[in-house]
Amino acid sequence: MYAHASKLSLANMWVAFITFALAALMGVYQVAERSGMFPKIEFIELYYRSVSSHGVIMGFVLTTFFIMGFGYWIIHTTLKRPIWGGERMGWTGFGISLGGTALAAILLFAGEASVMYTFYPPLKANPLFYVGATLLVVGSWVWCLQMVMSMNAWKKENIGEPVPLAMYAMTANAILWFITSLGVASEILFQLLPWSLGIIETIDVGLARTLFSWTLHAIVYFWLIPAYIAFYTLVPKAAGGTLFSDEISRISILMLLVFSVPIGMHHLYVDPFQDAGWKFVHMIGTFMVAIPTLITGFTVFASMEVAGRLRGGKGLFGWIWALNWNNPMVLSGGLSLLMLTIGGWGGMVNASYSLNVAVHNTQWITGHFHLIFAGTAVIMYFSSAYYMWPSLTGRPLFSTKMALLQLWLWFIGMLVLTLPWHILGLLGQPRRIGVAPYSEEVTAPWAPYEFLMLIGGVILFISALLLILNLVLTHFNKKADTPPVMEYAESMHPVINLPKLLNGFGFWTAVIVIYMIVSYGYPILQFFTMDTIGTFPWSI
Amino acid sequence: MHVDATEKKWVILSFAMAIAMMGILTAYALNKNIHPPSNVEIIDSTTLHLSDEFNEDNLGIKQAEDGSLTITMVAARYGFFPHNMTVPVDTPVKIRIASADVLHGIHTANTNFNTMIVPGYISEVNTTFRIKGKHPMFCNEYCGLGHDYMWSQLNVVSQEEFIASLKKGDE
Repeated sequence: MYAHASKLSLANMWVAFITFALAALMGVYQVAERSGMFPKIEFIELYYRSVSSHGVIMGFVLTTFFIMGFGYWIIHTTLKRPIWGGERMGWTGFGISLGGTALAAILLFAGEASVMYTFYPPLKANPLFYVGATLLVVGSWVWCLQMVMSMNAWKKENIGEPVPLAMYAMTANAILWFITSLGVASEILFQLLPWSLGIIETIDVGLARTLFSWTLHAIVYFWLIPAYIAFYTLVPKAAGGTLFSDEISRISILMLLVFSVPIGMHHLYVDPFQDAGWKFVHMIGTFMVAIPTLITGFTVFASMEVAGRLRGGKGLFGWIWALNWNNPMVLSGGLSLLMLTIGGWGGMVNASYSLNVAVHNTQWITGHFHLIFAGTAVIMYFSSAYYMWPSLTGRPLFSTKMALLQLWLWFIGMLVLTLPWHILGLLGQPRRIGVAPYSEEVTAPWAPYEFLMLIGGVILFISALLLILNLVLTHFNKKADTPPVMEYAESMHPVINLPKLLNGFGFWTAVIVIYMIVSYGYPILQFFTMDTIGTFPWSI
Repeated sequence: MHVDATEKKWVILSFAMAIAMMGILTAYALNKNIHPPSNVEIIDSTTLHLSDEFNEDNLGIKQAEDGSLTITMVAARYGFFPHNMTVPVDTPVKIRIASADVLHGIHTANTNFNTMIVPGYISEVNTTFRIKGKHPMFCNEYCGLGHDYMWSQLNVVSQEEFIASLKKGDE
């Protein structure tokens, strides 16, 4: 049973990392194209094809498959029971998602869907691209169902016991993803698909953007929660300590779950068609999400301090140097939190009701989400993969040194890429431009930062190659090993008398539904009471 | 259930920080009357050229009888019309933009001028330009293969120069 389960997880994760490598290659082409230093590779049509593919793969494919693989592995290693619905159901979901991904990829690579991962109607893609994207999401719903039902089945078998934290958090993530993906799913099913097929003539772009905003913020937390799971349960273990507080970690996860869905309208701050009052309501909600992030920072630092002191670290900061930074999990935890700190600070600017206009749709935004997603979250995907590969494949990690080098390069590359992007944004550079054919006067101040961006992109690409190489060489490592048991950090204090509210999701799901109706009800309903005039399809 | 005393303090502090930031933003928005552009107004993007407001002859900057300034613009692949605009420094202006085709966005660095332009809706920004000189206005939302060719010049001049430019336009 164990070996079979590892196959399902491994298949999901390989799809994630192989497509990641492809998208990393596109990334390095894009920075080269954009730097303006290689006129021979400036093909604007190819550039937008690449940007669209890079976004779809990194945002939807890498994340969804990695998280599904991680989730299945967590069921097996924490609940130690079969997946609810059986592995066959898991493979069915995997097949649906993979088929959808392949379909979408064909159309993206063929240049039939250069509409960005945000779809941007009234630009119209080939209808099959929307079908592919839908299948990717629908396949992941199978996973959501299996996560929730597996947890419930375990609870029935272990009445009164606290659900292991990693499982609890991953189930929260499954619920979060299901609720948040309903926004984009309804945009595709009721608007994009019938419109692209000619069944309906026009599309209301305001409604489409509002529905997409429903998905657009919480999706980031769907990507981040696996990193938080690593922070809470894998980093303290690898550091040789304990989790500072299991209960507070649960509360953070619940806050992320409840606060992160009904706030997407901060992506629409400068859109017409939504009143300022609603944007204000969503601003309040957005700042609430800062709270669980601040709490997580404390919990993780405290857990690491405990480990550092156990290792003989003394004084106010001595424990930091006593930690084993040559452990990939510990190193990635530290680097990830640094990137979260810088990126979070930028996020406060974006989230500000009045200050957002200074940065909206400039290159600053691209810098921000690369730092938070590609930096903070994805570096934890890497170290989690290093940690899980031996237990998934039964072979020891090919090279820890290479893993450490890879993580350092990812961190350095990410800073060299994104800090200049923040500055470029403040200088006024719009995002998603290719060759920047503006006047010399306009582009001259950008040049040094674009050069740094190119260097950063190359470093990141080298790092991506090292990751893949290490994972492949581990998978085919001739030194077979008995698979090490996947271990999670224990809580410093035993979890006793856990309130029911911190061990289930029924109540919290109801809270989200009510909160969603309050914050999105009118903003969506208004499109059906106003006499809006739709838009016909446009090609790129 | 166990919650450490220090951690409890940090949780309270986290709430306090978030609430303080919300408070500052709220006070600032209300005091300085700074709100994101949030006009809810419908238009038929396919017939802009026939509309009273967005037909070609009506585009550009206009001074009403009460002295207030309104800029009327159209965004269409791949340009903003009119292409060059002159506005007076330190004077409130109302900018109204409609898209003739797809989604666009427009912003000027170091100003509060930043809005999406969504087909079917009219965007409206009320702002004041504080820095004299030539400023590029970029399209900041992917609108098709010519997206990065889409930009215009904004010329912020002294009030005297602006009045002179208006008179020149009348002749």
